[in-house]
Amino acid sequence: MWDYTDKVKEHFMNPRNVGDIADADAVGEVGSLACGDALKLFLKLDDAKERIVEAKFQTFGCGSAIASSSALTEMIKGKTLDEALQVTNKEIADFLGGLPEEKMHCSVMGQEALEVAIAKFRGGPVPAHDHGHDHGHGQEQEGEIVCKCFGLTDGFLKKFISQNRLHTAEQVTHFTKAGGACGGCIPKIKELIAEVMGEQQKLAPIKPEKLTNLRKMQLIQEVLENEVRPQLWADGGDLELIDIAGNFVQIAFRKACAGCASSGYTAKFVEQKLRELVADDITVEEVQG
Amino acid sequence: MKVIYLDNNATTKVDEAVFEEMRPYLTELYGNPSSMHYFGGQVQKKVDEARKRVASLIGAQPEEIIFTACGTESDNAAIKSALEVFPNRRHVITTRVEHPAVLTFCRGLSKHGYRVTELNVDSKGRLDMDELRASIDENTAVVSVMYANNETGVIFPVEEVGRIVKEKGALFHTDAVQAVGKIPLNMAASSIDMLSLSGHKLHAPKGIGILYVRKGVPFRPFLVGGHQEKSRRAGTENTASIIALGKACELAESHLVDENVRVKGMRDRLESELLRLIPASRINGGGAERLPNTVSIAFEYVEGELILLYLSELGICASSGSACTSGSLEPSHVLRAMGVPFTCAHGSIRFSLSRYTTDDEIDTVIRELPPIIRRGREMSPFGRDLLKG
Repeated sequence: MWDYTDKVKEHFMNPRNVGDIADADAVGEVGSLACGDALKLFLKLDDAKERIVEAKFQTFGCGSAIASSSALTEMIKGKTLDEALQVTNKEIADFLGGLPEEKMHCSVMGQEALEVAIAKFRGGPVPAHDHGHDHGHGQEQEGEIVCKCFGLTDGFLKKFISQNRLHTAEQVTHFTKAGGACGGCIPKIKELIAEVMGEQQKLAPIKPEKLTNLRKMQLIQEVLENEVRPQLWADGGDLELIDIAGNFVQIAFRKACAGCASSGYTAKFVEQKLRELVADDITVEEVQG
Repeated sequence: MKVIYLDNNATTKVDEAVFEEMRPYLTELYGNPSSMHYFGGQVQKKVDEARKRVASLIGAQPEEIIFTACGTESDNAAIKSALEVFPNRRHVITTRVEHPAVLTFCRGLSKHGYRVTELNVDSKGRLDMDELRASIDENTAVVSVMYANNETGVIFPVEEVGRIVKEKGALFHTDAVQAVGKIPLNMAASSIDMLSLSGHKLHAPKGIGILYVRKGVPFRPFLVGGHQEKSRRAGTENTASIIALGKACELAESHLVDENVRVKGMRDRLESELLRLIPASRINGGGAERLPNTVSIAFEYVEGELILLYLSELGICASSGSACTSGSLEPSHVLRAMGVPFTCAHGSIRFSLSRYTTDDEIDTVIRELPPIIRRGREMSPFGRDLLKG
């Protein structure tokens, strides 16, 4: 049994705004019967067609898909179109007090339907996930199809990996469904995760000139959290910071890294990162703990 | 809230009489049956009695019964034993619709140099016997085909499978976890070499199962260590649960007729009423020979998890072949193997009855389910045309 929050339950038992709007200004449709979930969103606009005054939905899907649709319509009512476009899938999930990770793709579907509806209304380029009853989130999106089962491109997946800071292939599946059917694209998804992380590193902070002890300790922690651990996660590993004494940093490896034959190299990698981003004279030592 | 439990293929309630039978062996009679003293020895007597009771239910001899921890252990042990008996045979046959306890084990073998054939089923869930005849050869070590499917209740012609397997000298195992206690079985006149059974599917506790191994069929143990179960399954006996299983088998034997008359009658009524009251619904495996207690019914244009959640609010317990309930994104492998269209597979619900099921409970489901399906379809962008039409 899924661990749904009371708010999720409340929204699938008593969903808000179910139905259609006969003279809707904007309609967005994503998903299909084959996928197991689909959402059709209707918007009525005013204030000279810039503000959402009414939102209704029809959803085929599980409890969390219904609840996410209901939440979305509640969240966007009264917003301008530009404000509504700022709503992320994470905010939809947060509105419901969280969703099980395996169900995150339900909140993504809401965000997509909204994007499609607004793009269609504005007459600009329609996002790739507009495909009516035929699945294929990324068919018109730039890039190559990675997940053949659900028709998802590398561009689409990279956007989600980056926005939601996903660091394992399993998480990517939970958010986008990619890799969830035949599993053939999982190696490629892992490559995309590594690629996105590589890009994020380029934006990493530049090493400061002079550091107080306190600032140095903070920086070491930040670098480990943001630069090092995500890379280890990608391979199923992890580390824990044990102690910092001046330039001497003690770490312990966890999960797949613990007892790994190449943990020596990993420790060197950690040292390199810290020298690069914190201070040149840092030494890293692996300890058991 | 009163619970209406129609998920008996998942697990069953422990019968009161079964619990009373096992209780003393959890408390005062805790002796080890292997001990030399009388205190342990008296437990051994009850274990022997349980073995006779289990054997009686399936028409076997007591010494052909090996107690295990669960159906999964029995399945794994049977297949692994056959492979050790025939080290030079490198082919295994099973079906696409097996329980994961067999299917996952067999698929794992393909990484160890074994060729694994998964037999197909037709749209009614019936086994492709021609494919079996075509794929079996002198290199086949073991054929593992379930007695009855857990999701659809479709019964396979296992005796015929066994005869075909015999011709090639391979061993035949059947996972009969869903069949035992629901339909009559008689190992005395059977082509089955090994059979798995699980206690918690027939009103005994969880954590007890058996593997039947026909006398004369070579067997290599899965668990080694002590001499328990004549060295065929090491580990101190789960005495209380073994004794419970014995009692549960005795009760199952006495309820077999009830199961096939009264329980089947309720199942048939549930099935025909739901089909009558709910448009665009169909029985998965309809038209095939099925267990008397199981119905898998598909409702188009509505998603299974949602149906289960709404039923659950009314205290009604069922299960679904939908992708969303399992955490995977593909609907049930059984329904997909049968070629059930996605539109139906996502909205399939299984009701599995037991001897505790009452007519009132069936009435409640017949009354409550149609509005739930209607509500789901009203919310769905696909189901609305159906409601209008």
